[in-house]
Amino acid sequence: MQFSDKTFALVQKIIKRYPEGKQKSALLPVLHLAQAEFDGWLSPEVMDYVAGLLMIKPIEVYEVASFYSMYNLNPVGKCLIEVCQTGPCWLRGSDDIVAHLESRLKIKVGETSPDGMFTLKTVECLGSCGTAPMLQCGSQYHENLTTDKVDAILEDLSVKNERTTYMK
Amino acid sequence: MPRKLLLENINVPGIETFDTYRKHGGYASVEKALKTMTPDAVMEEVKTSGLRGRGGAGFPAGLKWSFLDRKSEKPRYLVCNADESEPGTFKDRYLMEKIPHLLIEGMITSSYALGARTSYIYIRGEYMYIVRILERAIGEAYAAGFLGQNILGTSYSLDVYVHPGAGAYICGEETALLESLEGKRGNPRLKPPFPAVAGLYAAPTVVNNVETITAVVPIINFGGDEYAQIGVGKSHGTKLISASGHINKPGVYEIELGLPVEEFIYSDEYCGGIWKGRKLKAVVAGGSSVPILPAHLILKTAKGEPRLMTYESLGEGGFVSGTMLGSGGFIVMDETACIVRNLWTFTRFYHHESCGQCSPCREGTGWMEKVLHRIEHGHGHMTDIDLLVDVAKKIEGNTICPLGDAAAWPVASAIRHFREEFEYHVKYPEKVTDPKHFEKEPFRAEKFEAVNNYPLSVNS
Repeated sequence: MQFSDKTFALVQKIIKRYPEGKQKSALLPVLHLAQAEFDGWLSPEVMDYVAGLLMIKPIEVYEVASFYSMYNLNPVGKCLIEVCQTGPCWLRGSDDIVAHLESRLKIKVGETSPDGMFTLKTVECLGSCGTAPMLQCGSQYHENLTTDKVDAILEDLSVKNERTTYMK
Repeated sequence: MPRKLLLENINVPGIETFDTYRKHGGYASVEKALKTMTPDAVMEEVKTSGLRGRGGAGFPAGLKWSFLDRKSEKPRYLVCNADESEPGTFKDRYLMEKIPHLLIEGMITSSYALGARTSYIYIRGEYMYIVRILERAIGEAYAAGFLGQNILGTSYSLDVYVHPGAGAYICGEETALLESLEGKRGNPRLKPPFPAVAGLYAAPTVVNNVETITAVVPIINFGGDEYAQIGVGKSHGTKLISASGHINKPGVYEIELGLPVEEFIYSDEYCGGIWKGRKLKAVVAGGSSVPILPAHLILKTAKGEPRLMTYESLGEGGFVSGTMLGSGGFIVMDETACIVRNLWTFTRFYHHESCGQCSPCREGTGWMEKVLHRIEHGHGHMTDIDLLVDVAKKIEGNTICPLGDAAAWPVASAIRHFREEFEYHVKYPEKVTDPKHFEKEPFRAEKFEAVNNYPLSVNS
């Protein structure tokens, strides 16, 4: 297992942003790159590889990866759909959006569709309260959602049939 | 006309590019500061301006800068806190997305004042698309000679980097942010030492919110005195307010501090009134952490004076009848909103975001979430209400960072002002089984009145 040449070069560039000997600072950005490049989740092997690259102990990677909500420690569907459900989004109808997604995808929150295409997740405030309700898929924010808009998003994702990542 | 210092050019086509931004007076503060002012003079202007931290705490920014240990042999750092995660707050996102060069300009001028040669923008990971916007702007600033070695031919050099987080509200707390920037879990540090003495890599560090850093630009351009003249009392300058919830025009608004709350809610210039012709029930004025206030207390203080959008006026009455300006996350609820359900979502948020270091917060937020869940879903007991107050009290003040307080205040204030609504949930469980239980028939308490088409005295 190793990064593509392009990503490896980017990792080296990121490490240089921090003072010499402080390469551990690059851990969060590098884990984002790793998750995007290695199937959308951080397996123990991926984390060990990152530890080696940054010359830190594997446990230092595990404890960080398990702390932050954007890192997936288990496989997820090709498209991870994250619906905000905190107060301001709830006031504008996020419950209806979650219910609609559950019925359209025929899965519950936290589950992955049998074809491995979609994982549905609820998340806490993504800073889109003025354009609520909203969902995030990859790096893209979809805002002012209606059930029709959700249908169009699902259709678009199905046609593209690509893995979504935060880095795209 | 109210002055706009940050958002004046926000709708200019192409303002996200260096050339357009520069044509509209961009980077003037860098030229002025680096060529005509000493770093200390820049800091003095910020002190004079009365600018207070815009992230939520409202601590005087110039004073915070003055604490920086200037005798240390170590490098000094400026770290921009762009981890905006407080529910109801989305102003920094708006600024960075629409006018990224304003932040870069503020970073350069502020870094110069602090003597920082390397500065970081720590941005929440979910805003990854903004990382690319900022990196593009930074690239343009390097190309134009405003970043890098010997900026504008002076002896001052600076590098600015963007560092994405990965989903953790707690990293908005400045010491947790520094831990995270060092590649660790976002566990807040014990203080002292404060970051001004031992911050990033144990070196002297200032952590400022995005809006605070951008406000340095007009302060240097116009002078601290002119900035200080805007506002009321100890609330100087302009503030970005993120307006959300049941209003006609959600969005980010730049206001002069001192604007009446009533005008902010009902004027077409700002929120445009309550949506669907409904009545105002409650407002959370400064992000989810601050005490919720019922309609009559947000529009007027307990003394009957008009409530203003200032640190002091919103705080009038303390936590008995007042609240806080906080981050400016202004969440409005109409008469159909269920206070219990809204509170449950907030408490679930804090439970999810507690870093787990301090037992009162780790355990207490979980218990509050569970108890609120059962009240909201019709399984509560009358004693649960006081139990919630008790748990909130035991969290408040007993944790090493303010997340515990932030989790306790919404609970305590919701019960203080809306106790009857909690009791209703316990007394009539069959009436709250539908998640939208107040949509058809709003809850009516005897103790407060929702305000219908509140007369807009300012415009009428």
